[in-house]
Amino acid sequence: MNQAIAFYVLSAFILGFAVLVVSTRNTVHAVLYLVLNFLAVAALYVLLTAQFLAVIQVLVYAGGIVVLYLFVVMLVNLKRPPEDHSAPQRHSWIGFGLSGLVLLELAVIIGYGSIAPPGPANAQNTDLAMYNVEKIGMLLYTDYLIPFEVASMLLLVAMVGAIILAKREL
Amino acid sequence: MTTHTGQMFDTEELVINMGPQHPSTHGVLRVVLRLDGERVVSSDVVIGYLHRGIEKLSENRNWTQIILLTDRMDYVAAATNNVGYCETVEKLMQLEVPRRARYIRTAICELQRIASHCLWLGTHAMDIGAMTVFLYAFRERELILDLFEEYCGARLTYNSMRIGGLPLDIPVGWDKKVLEFCNIMSEKVDEYEELLTHNRIWLERTRGVGVISAEQAIAIGLSGPPLRGSGVARDVRKDEPYAAYDEMKFEVPIGTNGDTYDRYLVRLEEFRQSIKIIRQSIEGLPEGPIVGKVPRLIKPAVGETYHAIESPKGELGYFIVSDGKSTNPYRFRVRPPSFCNLQALPQLIKGHMVADVVALIGSIDVVLGEVDR
Amino acid sequence: MIDTYLIPLLKILFVLNATLVGVTYMVLLERKVIAWVQVRLGPMRVGPYGVLQPIADAVKLILKEDITPTRADKWVFTAAPIIVMVPALITFAVIPFGPVVNLFGRQVPLYITDVNVGLLYIVSVASIGVYGIILGGWASNSKFPLLASLRASAQLISYEVAVTMTLVSMIMTAGTLSMVKIVESQYNAHLWFIFVQPVAFVLFFIGGLAETNRAPFDMAEAEQELTGGFHTEYSGMRFALFFLAEYANMIVVSSVATTLFLGGWLRPFPNIAALSFLGIIPSWMWFLLKTFVFLYIFLWVRATLPRYRYDQLMRLGWKVLIPVAIANVVVTGIVMVLF
Repeated sequence: MNQAIAFYVLSAFILGFAVLVVSTRNTVHAVLYLVLNFLAVAALYVLLTAQFLAVIQVLVYAGGIVVLYLFVVMLVNLKRPPEDHSAPQRHSWIGFGLSGLVLLELAVIIGYGSIAPPGPANAQNTDLAMYNVEKIGMLLYTDYLIPFEVASMLLLVAMVGAIILAKREL
Repeated sequence: MTTHTGQMFDTEELVINMGPQHPSTHGVLRVVLRLDGERVVSSDVVIGYLHRGIEKLSENRNWTQIILLTDRMDYVAAATNNVGYCETVEKLMQLEVPRRARYIRTAICELQRIASHCLWLGTHAMDIGAMTVFLYAFRERELILDLFEEYCGARLTYNSMRIGGLPLDIPVGWDKKVLEFCNIMSEKVDEYEELLTHNRIWLERTRGVGVISAEQAIAIGLSGPPLRGSGVARDVRKDEPYAAYDEMKFEVPIGTNGDTYDRYLVRLEEFRQSIKIIRQSIEGLPEGPIVGKVPRLIKPAVGETYHAIESPKGELGYFIVSDGKSTNPYRFRVRPPSFCNLQALPQLIKGHMVADVVALIGSIDVVLGEVDR
Repeated sequence: MIDTYLIPLLKILFVLNATLVGVTYMVLLERKVIAWVQVRLGPMRVGPYGVLQPIADAVKLILKEDITPTRADKWVFTAAPIIVMVPALITFAVIPFGPVVNLFGRQVPLYITDVNVGLLYIVSVASIGVYGIILGGWASNSKFPLLASLRASAQLISYEVAVTMTLVSMIMTAGTLSMVKIVESQYNAHLWFIFVQPVAFVLFFIGGLAETNRAPFDMAEAEQELTGGFHTEYSGMRFALFFLAEYANMIVVSSVATTLFLGGWLRPFPNIAALSFLGIIPSWMWFLLKTFVFLYIFLWVRATLPRYRYDQLMRLGWKVLIPVAIANVVVTGIVMVLF
């Protein structure tokens, strides 16, 4: 009962902030709403007794990635005052078309997903809270090792690319 | 390999004004910096905020009154200015200064050197962030100022020399106090060394920062520790001895690389050499008069002369022209060491970061009173 | 009912008040300690030996005029100091001040809660604090504070990586993420972890200095800087919040270091019964003493060392601290597997 209330409240926050992210005119405000969104998602993870994931969500997403977004937004903003960022002409039909396409894609994926059997990970509900970190560690380094390594390679490539693009001379 | 950066990554130059009121410009110095990101591309040094017209004022004062004005130029080491001026007039008038007066003048000049270097060390260290050294150095400077207060009654602007000698003899017991001070000071210099010389952060902030080669230094006309830090062995006390320096045994420290760290080491060693000279001059203080044969009215014959001494900042020179008729000089011109050393600043800070600008102004050791007069 | 709601509430109130008072008096402590190092006396007028100085400072700051720059973003301008202060305060929810004690007939644990990911919670909350600095500079609507705040926050997130790597090796040593269990594992191991992981301790301390913007890493707020720093436009209570948040962060870093490396609330040699007379000093007192030692070292370092230039500071973080921290993790792993 309490869980349900908490879930609905949190979802309202998440959706509300998400809408604010795309609808606000001020870019920095949009980033800040994104942070609040991520914090609400972290709270949702706590509700699902995935405390480790919640903390990692705050640490990595809200506390790292969005900070970098904020840096970029502020440095770009430096060149021109906030007033210049008013939207010139919104071709809204492009936006609606694209979002319709994405919605269709998601519907298809969910539709197929519900037919397929559930995935291999089944949680042992006893002591779930205690063995959170160990479970994730085991899964990550045994079953999902290759995606893990591929992801780290991708990040490395992105970092090296960014450095090469930005450095004046090597 | 250079990458082609498009319009997106072009940065514009930022013009920043530093001073004239700024905690670290050691007076009213204004530096206009052109920055590219964090690095200084070029700079403009603007001086004149402390110009009081000392040279023009002296044309309306008689020769003894000018001593008061010279105090206010390098106010950190005022007695050195006095000595320089008096010696120049004595050279013009061919007056002989008695030996006792010369010895006391030497001791006072060296005490001033220590006091000035204490202030330099304190402010330089504080600019780089070591705030405690500031308090320690000023504690020692207080001891020197107490000695001066006993001798001539003032702590900053001494008016402590007269043409031909000294106005007062040293008080009773003053020489013992000076020797005691020398003992204290040599311990304290070791303390400063311990805190800074081998400190890794200090080394990183000062080594390789603001390098000036010996040829460049001579070309710009530097003098004093900035010149000696670049490896040029020139010290007026050794090359053209004045006061009692020809009878003193001391060494002149020379640097090798010409960076901020070397200038720091040179001045630190000058502390020790000054203590040595003070000991020699006080222990060997001869008896005798303190003023030479000076006419009642000081009226030098027609002529001009230039005389330089080694002030703590560098070569302090006086050029005076007398027209033989009036009791005022016809022209009184000062060659301040800080003014000439400051010319090196734009060249020194080019290519360095903003945080180094402050360190370099401190490393040259300017006193705006001298620069602007 | 009492156990689930009242007691935690009381504990929260108590810890919050204690922290805020502590933070305010840190101001006085810093001024006094640095003054005594510099052969001066520090504040002496307000109260005997200057003890009431923080109260005078607080009154002055509260009474100051509340200035907001005209074109600044009002909400963000007000929120920035709060965003810096709040994470520092809520960290204390997981810091264990002592074990379970008998208080008025109840078993009361001397910590507000024991989250099973306590250490990570602290790190994640600290990374939220960076937002306050960035927003503080941006909300002032002026170029120089913005650049200064971006530099300060870049410093913070760089050193966060090094500190987190150090904490990873500590987590491996202790085998758990929960703060209370880390202290207990030190009890079981008969050793404070500073002896097991001295390198991690040094790295954590240096990283902590950089994280809290303290000397020698305080270029961002140095008075000699040309740009005024990210809190130029702030005055009055908002400015006070920024500064108190810095001291609060210092206390957090000291508390975490105490818990991880110095055995938290354990007395020295907790397993040797012969020294049990040391138990006269209650456990939370040991904790406070150890934290105090760290705070004193923070102040001592500030009074003594010169300041790193910004690029040297970043180079130290990325090229020295992070590789050493990663090497530490690897070595810890190897040692743990072999023995």
